[in-house]
Amino acid sequence: MAALQVEGLARHFGERTVLRDVSLSLADGHTLVVFGPNGAGKTTLLRVLASLLRPHAGSVRVLGSSLPRDAWAVRGRVGLLGHEPLLYRELTARENLRFHARLHGIGDERVSELLESVAMHARANEPLRTLSRGMVQRVAIARAVLHEPELLLLDEPNSNLDPAAVELVAPLIGAASQRTRVICSHDPTGGLAQADLVLGLRAGRPALLRAAAEVDAEEIAELYR
Amino acid sequence: MSGVQAPQQERETVGPAQPVGLWRTVGALLRKELLVELRTLESVPGMSLFALSTFVVFHFALNRGSVEGDLGAGILWVTLLFAAILGINRLFVADADQGGFDAFLLAPVNRTAMLVAKALTLLGFLLVLELVAVPAFAVLLLGPPLGPALPGLLETLALGDLGVAVIGTLVAAMAVQTRARDLLGPLLALPLLVPIVIGGARASSPLLVQAHRAAPAARWLLTLGLYDLVFGLIAYALFDFLLED
Repeated sequence: MAALQVEGLARHFGERTVLRDVSLSLADGHTLVVFGPNGAGKTTLLRVLASLLRPHAGSVRVLGSSLPRDAWAVRGRVGLLGHEPLLYRELTARENLRFHARLHGIGDERVSELLESVAMHARANEPLRTLSRGMVQRVAIARAVLHEPELLLLDEPNSNLDPAAVELVAPLIGAASQRTRVICSHDPTGGLAQADLVLGLRAGRPALLRAAAEVDAEEIAELYR
Repeated sequence: MSGVQAPQQERETVGPAQPVGLWRTVGALLRKELLVELRTLESVPGMSLFALSTFVVFHFALNRGSVEGDLGAGILWVTLLFAAILGINRLFVADADQGGFDAFLLAPVNRTAMLVAKALTLLGFLLVLELVAVPAFAVLLLGPPLGPALPGLLETLALGDLGVAVIGTLVAAMAVQTRARDLLGPLLALPLLVPIVIGGARASSPLLVQAHRAAPAARWLLTLGLYDLVFGLIAYALFDFLLED
């Protein structure tokens, strides 16, 4: 079964077309890595797939539900890790995760478990504004997987993370998580290593869409030239 | 264009997430609002200080020892209105700036919970404001004693606060999505809140007199109640759309 089925997707912001003619299909449990220079439409694509933005043309099916009509059926099954951590700066890591856990009907045990997983238990009771960006990113990753989502939408998930932290969060958001994943990346080698399917965007249009095994890093680098 | 083959080990397909109950969601949101306000002290102290400063300004600007009746009621309600605007302007700022809206929209929750929680939060802010502002008004400006007027005044303030909380939440949710939110919030809120100020001042006026004190006029209380009800229904009908893209 396809976890994602997109046909002729277009999205505008006012007069500006940010995405157009995007079509793809991603099998359940597979990873799509999206490459493209800044402003290519990667983040917009993630937000459409998360049901936060409406498609202006084309059809989008996520986890079997058509968006935006059946967006309610997708909520709670998608984990989004964007540029913003979606966390309140004045609350502690534990308070933030507890808040999200309550929105998803999850108990506090899962919060403690995840704080351990991202090695934030020692700083869990400090306001987020006092933590480093890497630590905030670890809490944001815990927030994104808190409700065991079937689909992970990850926008440069390793940004601000040191190599040890990247290893630390791999079981949660890496291939080992066995979740269907859409990852936006600027790292051709690292991104390709994770991908089953590669989408290259340039000015909102697909410039590359192939199985990862058929793509080399040089083709991806070409997108940025 | 097509994707690649499905993996050998397929994950079990799961249905829609179990929705979380309205009041559980409201509880989670209220707890978060309380924590954020206690940590930042961005709304209630500002609202209270604004009201106190305004009473001091009126005290000296009017150049009279005390006020009562229509003038007293007008000063009280207009001051509370402008203080409320400060709280309304801040109501959704943390959610909009720190991604709270997105997190809420991604959760399997009833979106009306956000309306209820924010209106209750604003109502709480207004109650604390009035705990400070009404005694200060009595000390700095009011001629007649406050005690005998208090039951009727509380009744009137409660009806007024309910309307301000609902309209304020609706307007704040609209304004926060725009770039000019600091300007748009008050511009949208003031015309909608004027009937509450008129109703509240008219209902309170007979309470704030030395002689021939009377109960608040029932028709003004009824007007306030109906206004609250109408805007409660409008907010309930519109709020989902305000959160949508």
